[in-house]
Amino acid sequence: MQTTNAVNGANYLTYQGRYKGLFGWIFSTDHKRIGLLYLYSIATMFAMGVMLGLAMKFELLAPGKTIMDAQTYNATFTVHGVIMIFMVVVPGLPAVFGNILMPIMIGAKDVAFPKLNLLSWWLYVLGVVLVLAALFFGPGSPDTGWTFYAPYSFKTGTNMLPAIFGAFVLGFSSILTGLNFLVTIHRLRCPGMKWTKLPLFVWTLYGTAWIQLLATPVVGITLVLVALERVFGVGIFDPALGGDPILYQHLFWIYSHPAVYIMILPAMGAISEIIPTFSQKHIFGYKAIIASTMAIAFVGYLVWGHHMYTAGMSGTAQYYFSLLTFIVAIPSAIKVFNWISTMYKGSINIQTPFYWAISFIFVFMIGGLSGLVLGSLATDVYVHDTAFVVAHFHYIVFGGTGFAFFAAMHYWFPKIFGRMYDKTWANVGWLIFFIGFMALYTPMFYLGMMGMPRRYYDYLEEFHGGNILSTFGSWVLATGLLIIVVNLIRSARTGAPADANPWHSKTLEWTVPSPPPVLNFDKEPVIGENEGPYNYD
Amino acid sequence: MEHVHHVEHPDMYDEESSKIGMWLFIFTELLLFGGLFIVYSVYRFMNPDAFHLAGEELNRFIGSLNTVILLISSMTIAMATTALRKGDRKLAIALVAISFVIGFVFLVNKYFEWGVKFSHGIWPGSEHMLNEMSQGEILFFGLYFVMTGLHALHIIIGMIIMIFAIKGLANGKITVNRPSLLDNAGLYWHLVDLIWIFLFPLFYLIH
Repeated sequence: MQTTNAVNGANYLTYQGRYKGLFGWIFSTDHKRIGLLYLYSIATMFAMGVMLGLAMKFELLAPGKTIMDAQTYNATFTVHGVIMIFMVVVPGLPAVFGNILMPIMIGAKDVAFPKLNLLSWWLYVLGVVLVLAALFFGPGSPDTGWTFYAPYSFKTGTNMLPAIFGAFVLGFSSILTGLNFLVTIHRLRCPGMKWTKLPLFVWTLYGTAWIQLLATPVVGITLVLVALERVFGVGIFDPALGGDPILYQHLFWIYSHPAVYIMILPAMGAISEIIPTFSQKHIFGYKAIIASTMAIAFVGYLVWGHHMYTAGMSGTAQYYFSLLTFIVAIPSAIKVFNWISTMYKGSINIQTPFYWAISFIFVFMIGGLSGLVLGSLATDVYVHDTAFVVAHFHYIVFGGTGFAFFAAMHYWFPKIFGRMYDKTWANVGWLIFFIGFMALYTPMFYLGMMGMPRRYYDYLEEFHGGNILSTFGSWVLATGLLIIVVNLIRSARTGAPADANPWHSKTLEWTVPSPPPVLNFDKEPVIGENEGPYNYD
Repeated sequence: MEHVHHVEHPDMYDEESSKIGMWLFIFTELLLFGGLFIVYSVYRFMNPDAFHLAGEELNRFIGSLNTVILLISSMTIAMATTALRKGDRKLAIALVAISFVIGFVFLVNKYFEWGVKFSHGIWPGSEHMLNEMSQGEILFFGLYFVMTGLHALHIIIGMIIMIFAIKGLANGKITVNRPSLLDNAGLYWHLVDLIWIFLFPLFYLIH
């Protein structure tokens, strides 16, 4: 028998297991504690990535050298990219909110393999340590860009090996999380929780988990090959020995394009929870959202070539990739349509998570439509490798996933910490952040159109105006971010105690106390025939 | 048992979950090698003659011997799972141990095979290769060492899992009612075997 009685009354934040203090956290197999471990580690890495981003924007305040030389700038954007992609955005929503909430949302006590879950976090930490080791030891920080393009990645004199190996370990951590979630969703749904009654966040995690599982090994082996190339000179990507660097790009993007759907799908899932809750209305087109989620997960595999239009491929391949890129935009548009339609005639309750959610839709649409500019062959040749690409990418990944992360944070915060944040400051933070975001990235669309290339620490005088606005925007954004983070940290300690269901939502996690007890449910929930995650009357 | 004292860790043993988990993991392994198979196909297509020439250098006898060895070990580990199902724990332990030893014999053969190559001056980045071989041959041997090396690493991982299986059988953690660890060790070993079944013709047989 389990000793659940011993911990009655204690929640997952306060109970004491086998170990005390810090060890009770870093060796805990409780999915909620592991989720919080991820939150704190990802937030730390995010802070580092933001600092590097601010440094880059500061460098671009004026033409010529402002605070750093070309080599430092190369290292800065490389490390910014590696941190933000592999350590923040890819694990982001699944590892934090997926871990903390998915088992509760399906009525389970924990994930299917709790120890494996803990191992995933430890692998994440190991990956982080390895990448950071590349910065502090050896002949210099990696300077290849986060894509590690061959042949430069094995020719450069900088300290690539730990960074590449770190990215490999982070990928392994991501695979194990995906595997765990897949088995959990298949096996541990509570009685009555049919596939058609699953909350949409769980559905998007399901799609994401498949991508994590099937795409990550390919980049794993590619990174291994680059490492072997560096150490032994095998020749596989080395044109001097008969290898083909373009093949590296193919293998890399076979993973890394699906990876952007790893980033965005759970974000869409979180938005699909928030919009119905704050509209107090059944989600519009539940099955359409599921179908479009799985369609994105599937078609997302087949579009990697659109990163390589100018790298050298046949016209036929270009047409094929361009067509599929347009097709993959459709399911995303379906989702936007569904979210807007959910709000129509709903009883909208404007709260902080809702602000984040609607601003998510706004920036996501700009990001998505600018993606089509890049997906069509003729225009891509024009804006390829310019600031336009950077603007598009950040609108999707920072504007999309980032905004959804903060939306989810403000939505589930009372559940996770059992306390409510200061709503006024949260709204002020959101507004300043949003203005800063727009000011930071919008000018880059313009600059890219005018021809400013990316990845240079310097630019022509004619681009000065747009860059001043962009750098100014980065400061505004940082101010907003600071307000948000300080407010959340303060509220987690001293906020007013929150109810079990402050937003009057219908999904299962809101039926348990805030914060949830150790094994989530006193008694296994059963979903009735007429109950469902969005059945608002 | 640990899970009784550990409040946060309820006993969640579920044979079906373990099996699905292992199959999903096998899927990722297949994709890992899948990346290498793509690279191999591309370069074979680009350098058909050089791949032919380089393939002649490999010792078909050792390759065939290792194939037979691995197939036998797959049989013995499959027999171990059946033995456990029939309740014969000792026989199961013996059969896993035999599979382990056979896996080791495979590695010994591999060691001698690679050793001969090294003594001929063939290893990635060696002067002999860079000066006297065509680009296609360099790629062939590069892929040969990477793919058989990665496969050998998987043999070692499979053998480590077997040690855990033997331990589990000995101390009663693996029983007729909780056979997952042994089953999964078997599944993984079959995967390692299966990958070799593809590597063998690609490097040794196709000319």
